[in-house]
Amino acid sequence: MAEGDVLFVDVVAADRRVWEGDALSFIARTTEGDIGIMANHEPFLAVLVPCAAEVLTPDGKREVIAIDGGFLSVADNRVSVLSQYGRLAHEISLDEAEHEFREAEKKLEQGDTSETNRHHHDRAQAQLAAARKAHQVD
Amino acid sequence: MPASLRELRQRRKSVAATQKITRAMELIAASRIIKAQRAAQAGEPYITEMIRAVSAVATYSRDPHPLTEGPERVRRAAMLVITSDRGMNGAYSANAIKTAARLRERLEREGVEVVRYAIGRKGIAYMKFRNQPIRREWDGFSDAPTFAHAQEIADALIADFLTPYEDGGVDAIYGVYTRMESMLTQTPRARRLLPLEVVEGVHDPAAGELLPLYEFEPDPDTVLDALLPMYVRSRVWFYLLQSAASQLASQQRAMKSATDNAKQLIERLTREANQARQAEITQEISEIVGGAGALADAAAQD
Repeated sequence: MAEGDVLFVDVVAADRRVWEGDALSFIARTTEGDIGIMANHEPFLAVLVPCAAEVLTPDGKREVIAIDGGFLSVADNRVSVLSQYGRLAHEISLDEAEHEFREAEKKLEQGDTSETNRHHHDRAQAQLAAARKAHQVD
Repeated sequence: MPASLRELRQRRKSVAATQKITRAMELIAASRIIKAQRAAQAGEPYITEMIRAVSAVATYSRDPHPLTEGPERVRRAAMLVITSDRGMNGAYSANAIKTAARLRERLEREGVEVVRYAIGRKGIAYMKFRNQPIRREWDGFSDAPTFAHAQEIADALIADFLTPYEDGGVDAIYGVYTRMESMLTQTPRARRLLPLEVVEGVHDPAAGELLPLYEFEPDPDTVLDALLPMYVRSRVWFYLLQSAASQLASQQRAMKSATDNAKQLIERLTREANQARQAEITQEISEIVGGAGALADAAAQD
């Protein structure tokens, strides 16, 4: 890879565009495990699981984004992440995320395994992971 | 004299009351449209990215999948028509219904059986009145849809799409919605959701061109299976948002012209009432003068 090669990353949620811009690399978790994408990656399409995705920008910054699944598409040096829900880690407060996650877990333990509840649990987990990652950096 | 003074005043009062209502509705629509428009705009990147990704896969993938490859012949198609729940929207619902009727005619000419799915009370009432069968109907959220609504509708459509034709399934899905071009123009549109139509941004590969090989994780079938419902949901979501914004814009415009019209009517009625009042006074005076003259004449004769 030539020096300074960048790829374009576009993270969109159903209700808004969460993040877009150039990046050196992009990391997310698919159903098979974590995957890192760099410039000139081959065309790729994967199903994502709820996770904290990471973007490394050309100026050396790290952007953490909580996503609740969706999928990842790579084509023409462009990464698109489509997720129903997406939030930047620095918009999330660690305490709130922890609280939400515990609530969701409690509900799940009480036997409420409806799809919305499981979804909520996954989302809370992704949020918490993203918040933790973001706080490690700071 | 066209009408009595009392009648004219009564009519003016009733028009003034109507004007108050239409004015209030115009203001309500105006305040809500900004929100709806913002939601419609915010939802746009998601749908464009989704279409880009799905079209790319459809163009480049060689795996036969219901998402990327339609049946050789469409025998039955689902038609999703989005209208409003209430009137007072000008021609909004009527235009959508007209567009749907044109689409149905075209499909039926091609020998395709059309199955109706209606959103919004206006469309449902229209079809029921004409005894047109509706397979599924939804109402109550035409001006403020949520993603959950889109999901419910999309899931019903997908279920029918994946059902074989023999069991009542559909081979294609069409959507009729109203696109919000601007505050002044909203155009009803008929679009095919499935099987996919190749859209701009992804060019048709030329013969002999080497296509990039798509890598799928975990495997093509799983990915495409997951993609299909997401794609339909986001399309339906987009249609609902666009239609909601269009409906409010249309309502605002209709209510504005109704208010203006009421204003004109009030002006005219006021003038007519004044004229009638003046005529009444003139008549009274001439009666008094005439009466006094007659009395004076009678006194002079005595």
